[in-house]
Amino acid sequence: MNEERSRALEALAARRWRLALTLTGLMLVTYFGFVMLVAYDKPLLGKLLSPGLSLGILLGACVILVAWALTGIYVRWANRVYDVELERVRGIGAEPKPNADTKNADTKGEE
Amino acid sequence: MGQGPASSLGTPNVTAIVFFFVFIALTLGITGWAARKTKTTSEFFAAGSKVTGFQNGLALAGDFMSAASFLGIAGLVSLSGFDGLIYSVGWLVGWPVVTFLIAEPLRNLGKYTFADVVAYRMRQKPVRIASAVSGLTVVTFYLIAQMVGAGSLVQLLFHLPYEAAVLAVGVVMLAYVLFGGMIATTWVQIVKAVLLLGGATTLALIVLSRFNWNPLNLFAAAAEKYEGALAPGKLVTNPIEAISLGVALMFGTAGLPHILMRFYTVPDAKAARTSVFYATGFIGLFYLITFILGFGAAVIVGRDVVKGIDKGGNMAAPLLAEAVGGTAFLGFISAVAFATILAVVAGLTLSGAASLSHDLWVHVVRKGKSDETEVLKVARLATVVLAILAIGLGILFKGQNVAFMVGLAFAIAASANFPALLLSMTWGRFSTAGAVSSMVVGTTSAIVLIALSPTIQIDLLHRTTAIFPYKNPGLFTMTLSFAAGIVASLLRPDPDAARKFAEVERRIQLGAAGSDD
Repeated sequence: MNEERSRALEALAARRWRLALTLTGLMLVTYFGFVMLVAYDKPLLGKLLSPGLSLGILLGACVILVAWALTGIYVRWANRVYDVELERVRGIGAEPKPNADTKNADTKGEE
Repeated sequence: MGQGPASSLGTPNVTAIVFFFVFIALTLGITGWAARKTKTTSEFFAAGSKVTGFQNGLALAGDFMSAASFLGIAGLVSLSGFDGLIYSVGWLVGWPVVTFLIAEPLRNLGKYTFADVVAYRMRQKPVRIASAVSGLTVVTFYLIAQMVGAGSLVQLLFHLPYEAAVLAVGVVMLAYVLFGGMIATTWVQIVKAVLLLGGATTLALIVLSRFNWNPLNLFAAAAEKYEGALAPGKLVTNPIEAISLGVALMFGTAGLPHILMRFYTVPDAKAARTSVFYATGFIGLFYLITFILGFGAAVIVGRDVVKGIDKGGNMAAPLLAEAVGGTAFLGFISAVAFATILAVVAGLTLSGAASLSHDLWVHVVRKGKSDETEVLKVARLATVVLAILAIGLGILFKGQNVAFMVGLAFAIAASANFPALLLSMTWGRFSTAGAVSSMVVGTTSAIVLIALSPTIQIDLLHRTTAIFPYKNPGLFTMTLSFAAGIVASLLRPDPDAARKFAEVERRIQLGAAGSDD
């Protein structure tokens, strides 16, 4: 396989894993932070912020929102950056296409 | 409001029976249609990879929203308030992890089972056997919990004998899987997910309409009636226990064979990604709704009534439906709950059949050489065997408290399947010996530690003490499994597997097209 393409693919894969692990880490911290509060400071979570709303319920709902948000961030990045970049890298070394996007791709392309 | 009238639960409910038969007729119709389209193994196991991301998102949600979470969490919230949230949040946070780490690589590396991924660059026989054993163990425990739940639920809702109920579930499920394979199973999941989300949302809206459309009014009413309902209670008493439970809930999702198998039903990695995104949305919404149902049941039905019908609170949602919508709505929610169990059981059976036929028959017995017709035959035979097993185990465990089995299934999934999957995709030196060790150690340690835990020793066997002090072994068993996988890989390296790692990395990005260029 083409050297340049190979290196570009590797770099892109590393980028994806880095983001995936970072987001996993954020999810872990959020969820286990919540669980630890439940375990260590029950009175704090039981504190009422307004009638019907305890801090615990608010934080629990926030964990669900964080889960949605992190998933959204990943999917957006993957659709807008990763997929586009992957298409570009795929093109390296292949037939040059008459397309502005692939300008980088066909400069050094050779099999 | 206040004390509802005595429940009609336990007497035959005409609406329930009508809705139930409409659901059965509809899904069997779908099965007939699917059967005509199911001719190849790819269609039987993976619906020909033609399911869209959105459809698969609904189907994933359908597979995951079991009766245990619908009835169980609503019940837990109604009886213990805030504590139910710990479970619902835990079950949701597994999904982002599946999105980030598992969905896309799995889609690009595998064909029908998660073992395809683990075994990709390893020696086939040992790895296939180990992953089939751990996968089937998860499926079996999950199946027992669902079948026993189905039996008790149908007995209560339709006034049918327990054994007849279990048999009915087994036979209908068998029809879906045997004839319609993954295409039928997927559409049954979709229909069920729409019914369940629709039914639960309607119920929640009726409840909220009584509280000025503000959930906080509902929560305040619950707190007024039951002091401490909004604060953490007795569920989490020990930090280690809490983390251990969290680990099993979070990483268990990423190791459930019937969930992982769903990623092969979509055409590519992008669709796999889209489908988990939708699934996370639907499941999160569903858990927020069950929270309202639980508090609604506590306020409108009352904890004593809920406990009076079922000690574990499992009937909270149906009772609430009856209190706010009469017997007709109770009938509808009951039929939805039953459809829920049927669909989950079908998904579990199909993944078990895939493991038996694709992993064990094709890759172990036939060493990778088996033609389509033969594999299909074996897969259908395996489906029949699993259905008989499910019915038999359902009847055998009648009246037993099997709630812990869902927890056990999650603990094994988190400690046997997840570490092997993750290491096989990310660590080049992960070897055949490492993969086998991590799965064997994960499965056995989870089973042994649960057997020695207070859940079995004190609650079930009525001993005074338990050898292992925690109810949730996940933290320990997952650590053990990772350690076993790493140590065994270092002690017994696998040069062939290491050499093929570059190919795995390439294929994770490019799919099947990337491996041969």
